[in-house]
Amino acid sequence: MHDGGRPVLEVQGLKTVFRVRGGEIHAVNDVSFDLKPGELLGVVGESGSGKSVTMMSLLGLLPSPPAEVRDGKVLLDGQDLLKTDEDTLRDIRGGKVGFIFQDPMTSLNPVFTVGYQIMEPLRKHMGMDKKAAKARAVELLELVGIPGAAQRLSDYPHQFSGGMRQRVMIAIALACDPKVLIADEPTTALDVTIQAQIIELMKELRQKLGMAVIWITHDLGVIAGIADRVMVMYGGQVVEHAPVRELFGNPQHPYTKALLKTVPSVRGERVRRLTIIEGQPPILGAPPSACPFRDRCGSAVDECARRNPSRTAIGKGHDVACVLVEQKEAAHA
Amino acid sequence: MLTYTIRRLILAVPTLLFIALVIFLLLELAPGDPMAEMPLTIPPEVKEKMREALGLGQPWYVRFYLWLYQFFIVEPQYWIDGLFGTNFADGAQRIISFQSRSPVFNTIAERIPQTLWVVGMSYVVGVIIALPIGIISAVRQYSWFDNFGTFISMVGFSVPTFFTGVLLIVIFSVNLGWFPSIYDTTLKVNDWPSFVKQLKQMAMPVFVLALYNAAQISRFMRASMLDNLGQDYVRTARAKGMTEKVVVLKHVLRNSLIPVVTVIALGVPQVFGGAIITEQVFKVNGLGQLLIIAIHGNDVPMVLTLTFIFAVLIVVFNLIADILYGVLDPRIRYD
Repeated sequence: MHDGGRPVLEVQGLKTVFRVRGGEIHAVNDVSFDLKPGELLGVVGESGSGKSVTMMSLLGLLPSPPAEVRDGKVLLDGQDLLKTDEDTLRDIRGGKVGFIFQDPMTSLNPVFTVGYQIMEPLRKHMGMDKKAAKARAVELLELVGIPGAAQRLSDYPHQFSGGMRQRVMIAIALACDPKVLIADEPTTALDVTIQAQIIELMKELRQKLGMAVIWITHDLGVIAGIADRVMVMYGGQVVEHAPVRELFGNPQHPYTKALLKTVPSVRGERVRRLTIIEGQPPILGAPPSACPFRDRCGSAVDECARRNPSRTAIGKGHDVACVLVEQKEAAHA
Repeated sequence: MLTYTIRRLILAVPTLLFIALVIFLLLELAPGDPMAEMPLTIPPEVKEKMREALGLGQPWYVRFYLWLYQFFIVEPQYWIDGLFGTNFADGAQRIISFQSRSPVFNTIAERIPQTLWVVGMSYVVGVIIALPIGIISAVRQYSWFDNFGTFISMVGFSVPTFFTGVLLIVIFSVNLGWFPSIYDTTLKVNDWPSFVKQLKQMAMPVFVLALYNAAQISRFMRASMLDNLGQDYVRTARAKGMTEKVVVLKHVLRNSLIPVVTVIALGVPQVFGGAIITEQVFKVNGLGQLLIIAIHGNDVPMVLTLTFIFAVLIVVFNLIADILYGVLDPRIRYD
């Protein structure tokens, strides 16, 4: 639905490592993706798969040291963010790119009013005076559906409920009309009814404002309902990438298949036990020289230990990084 | 907030009365005789008369009541009379020191300036240098600055003031002769040279105490900053594109100061209490020294009054710390 148009964000070969005592941890390994204007890209994977680190790397939000973005290109409107200086990056953060984080209970500063926190980026990036920023802040709170917006500006975060605080976070992220919104598990910390409200709000806002969204989550149900495209990450790399219907209808990577199986269903026969994927995601001390999923993969073959498969296109907008899929494709050709 | 403050002030009254009673009874139970330092040639009957003249023949509750009456009614009357030239007190009996036979409050008034200048100044200096050190140490955790600061505060914290004090006297007074080793209370500051002289004689005691205070407070500040630097809202502030200066000095500092301000406020009564040891080392005749002398001389009215004043200050500054907490942290509302 959002085909065509130059991508607003292009990431190529991103590599991020953390320097730790006695070595390095390779958290992001050769990640590439793009984001078209107005599109919603879902990023899924379990904890430790490198989803958040990837997105934080884009705009230098990781503490350095220990983090170091070692390689790659991050093109936002054609400008390489990894090569710009800190000042420019700072203007982009909260300006062209907005962020929403997981826990709204701790993401707002408890000692400043909500109004102050919304007005802060407006005054810095848009150069608004106090009056204009205040008017815009009221507008933003109304936009995210907070009743009595004008009165609530002088309230402190603790006077809001969890869902309302996440709405405030969204208002802050949207303050300067960002082109890209990075939402890092924005609904994980909320209870289910509030979660649904926030998702509805995001859908509505995306249509109204036309920004592109990167939505990081480990909740496949959320992704199915909101994303245009999905990127599955494992071991700091992209293992499968496809339009949302294709991914849920025709998953190819064993990890994606396993992930989809873990979603409990209320339909059909009552499951005896919930499905799990045995084992832990790997902690990579070196760039992976083999498929990172092989130890937990039910269908691993010898070749999986010999090389790390690269992403192979298998259909329109669908690519997979798996030795088995490569072999199957080769047999077809 | 106002009702809370009033409630706390009202609650403070029984607390302080109880404290006064405890101090009084403790002194009453303690062995010692105010006549002990009188020459032995005075006959026992005369000594007994002198004791009675001091009011010691009365039962303890009468003496306690009279002390309370003098402390809360008579002394404030004298104070107001002194300020406005009125005559409320009308020659009523004041609290008299057993040792000097002069009103306790006159002696205290003479001693307070020295204590405030030396101990108060050291507290102010300590806080002023502790805060930036704590902030920088936290922001550059494990840098050479942080390690150096940790070392210095460990020294300041663990080496007793009677050691650093004497060390400084040996180095700067005896060997180098830069500063006087004895604090001259009679010095009047009325021109530039006398001001320099005052600064010189204050320098060493202030340094010794400031080192100790700064060591404590900078550790608090550092810990509090580190606590807050890892919080999610800091990431939010960075994600909004705020400069590091704004992130650290506004978002983080404002949160970190909440517990530190409380600690600073709670430390103020100690300033008035004087630094007993440091005052002794540098011969500053402040309140700390006064208290020691009074204890040695079994001067019950003086000890009782001084100790009670410290108790009042502690109660008051506890209240101030609580109120400041509420002012700084919007999550805390007392009403």
